[in-house]
Amino acid sequence: MTAIIKRFVAVIPVMLIVAAVVFIIMHVAPGDPAANILGDDATPEAIARLREEMGLNKPLAQQTVEWFARVLRGDLGQSIFLHISVNKAIYQHLQATLMLTVLSMFLSITIGILAGVIAAVQHNRFLDQLVMLLTSFGVAVPNFWLGLMLMLIFALTLQLLPPTGYVPLKEGVLPHLRYLVLPSLALALGQAAAIARMTRANMLEVLQNDYIRTARSKGLVERVVIFKHALKNALIPTITVIGLTFANVMGGAVVTEQIFNIPGIGRLLITSVARRDYPVIEGIVLYIAAAYVIINLLVDIIYKYLDPRIKL
Amino acid sequence: MAEVVTKKQLSPRTGPLSPAHSWYWIKLLGKNKGALAGAIMFTLLLLLALAAPLISPFDPGDIQPERRLTPPGGEHLFGTDGFGRDILSRILYGARISLFVGSSTVAITTIAGVILGLVAGYYRRLDNIMMRVLDGLMAFPAIILQIAIMAALGARLSNVILALAIVYAPRMARVVRSAVLVQREQQYVEAARSIGASDLRIAMVHILPNCIAPVIVQSTMIFAYSILAEASLSFLGVGVPPEIPSWGTTLNEGRVLMWRAPWISIFPGMAITLCVLALNMLGDGLRDILDPKIRKKKN
Repeated sequence: MTAIIKRFVAVIPVMLIVAAVVFIIMHVAPGDPAANILGDDATPEAIARLREEMGLNKPLAQQTVEWFARVLRGDLGQSIFLHISVNKAIYQHLQATLMLTVLSMFLSITIGILAGVIAAVQHNRFLDQLVMLLTSFGVAVPNFWLGLMLMLIFALTLQLLPPTGYVPLKEGVLPHLRYLVLPSLALALGQAAAIARMTRANMLEVLQNDYIRTARSKGLVERVVIFKHALKNALIPTITVIGLTFANVMGGAVVTEQIFNIPGIGRLLITSVARRDYPVIEGIVLYIAAAYVIINLLVDIIYKYLDPRIKL
Repeated sequence: MAEVVTKKQLSPRTGPLSPAHSWYWIKLLGKNKGALAGAIMFTLLLLLALAAPLISPFDPGDIQPERRLTPPGGEHLFGTDGFGRDILSRILYGARISLFVGSSTVAITTIAGVILGLVAGYYRRLDNIMMRVLDGLMAFPAIILQIAIMAALGARLSNVILALAIVYAPRMARVVRSAVLVQREQQYVEAARSIGASDLRIAMVHILPNCIAPVIVQSTMIFAYSILAEASLSFLGVGVPPEIPSWGTTLNEGRVLMWRAPWISIFPGMAITLCVLALNMLGDGLRDILDPKIRKKKN
């Protein structure tokens, strides 16, 4: 228990450094943020006014203290373009990203583990080689290209699914899922490939253990040996890649939302970059980093719970 | 009678091959089919990129309105884009951009990562602070931090390289640090210290050469990540400026013409996949060859 509390406490300095990194990138980077926001044809007066509004004329030390005090209170400021608070803007775009991320995580973990187990059980046979070949490509294919290709095949050629767009959950689960299938698959397949390779390697190692031989020799059905005895132990190291999968899915969502026109946080981030809406960019980056740190914390705790030998 | 050590006996060619010899690496690659295939594929891509001005059928920026959206075949093997520019030529020139971004990022991350990793691994007092800062930098999904940096710096080729290097250098530093932590406890380091070698000499001459294997594996991986990241950033419009024919910018232009001219998107995507596949195979293979733990398991 104390280990878990210690791990919780360790999150605090990481989050402070994360905030510092975001502050440095957005405030200390070369160039005048006010001039950047207003663009090339802004008058010097307008730039001076915005500098005043944004507090850029204050000494850097004061800006830093004020910024940190604000962020620690959970106040991420106002969007320059949308004229609402950054928190509200993120909240409005949260559902789409959350659903996309959850569905992609679910697909990548299910497909990945299943493919990994099949490959390990069929070691060195056709199915194993097929899985290995597909996963080699899977980890190399850029997810945005995969998205475009899935769209080309399933939406434009076969016309089975809508090519782009998004239907909120409140308008029905089925229409919601219909729009999310292609983007989540595009995001999930690359991650599934990585998980499959990891699961396969772990399974192969576990299957050589004595307790597997014991299980087989006492006459257990192969299915029970594989799923109850081997997979349970093989999955423990796989859990650790889930944190990484989340990071990749979260990052990939930015690109996927752009391709499939999904009004999520990633799309908001890219449009905010184009609009130079710095407070929104800052807020989204902070939110995503915080989510990533928390997911990794949970993964560590689950890992410890599953394998008590692990020291946190 | 004392043995006379001749110059020939001391010459490195007579002893077992060490990582300092180029033959060592070629022999090593031969031991792993995946690594060899990856190395060959990557070399071919490199040659194609270098020879782009000689072998490209057209200028990559040559606008020919009368030939816009020509399907693949004939004079334009991979077709043309919405401005009538030849896709094959754009991909060949795009390879130069991707490989330039990849190699520059690898060079910067390796130098920065090795210095940071050596310092953190060698000076335990600095280690804690440095690792917390690096942890903070690694607490972002890579592309999110890259987008933020690009948003602050503006879409330029040099900024792309800088953004990628900031994100990947901590990963390299961690790899070097853990290798240094193992090496610094070895007897040869103690021996070097006992004869009065300076910290700098121990770190550079004794420890660093023994950490080279993980650095090489990691740089292959970073090369692959960089190519994917540059393509993603350019695809999103926050990477290299649209007038530069990178694989990502070509894909971005192809996206809006997806249903009329899918070839604009298909071919650059294949190029990215092949390049990353080659680097992954090389990296995985090298890791298998160089990691004694895995080698033992396979035997």
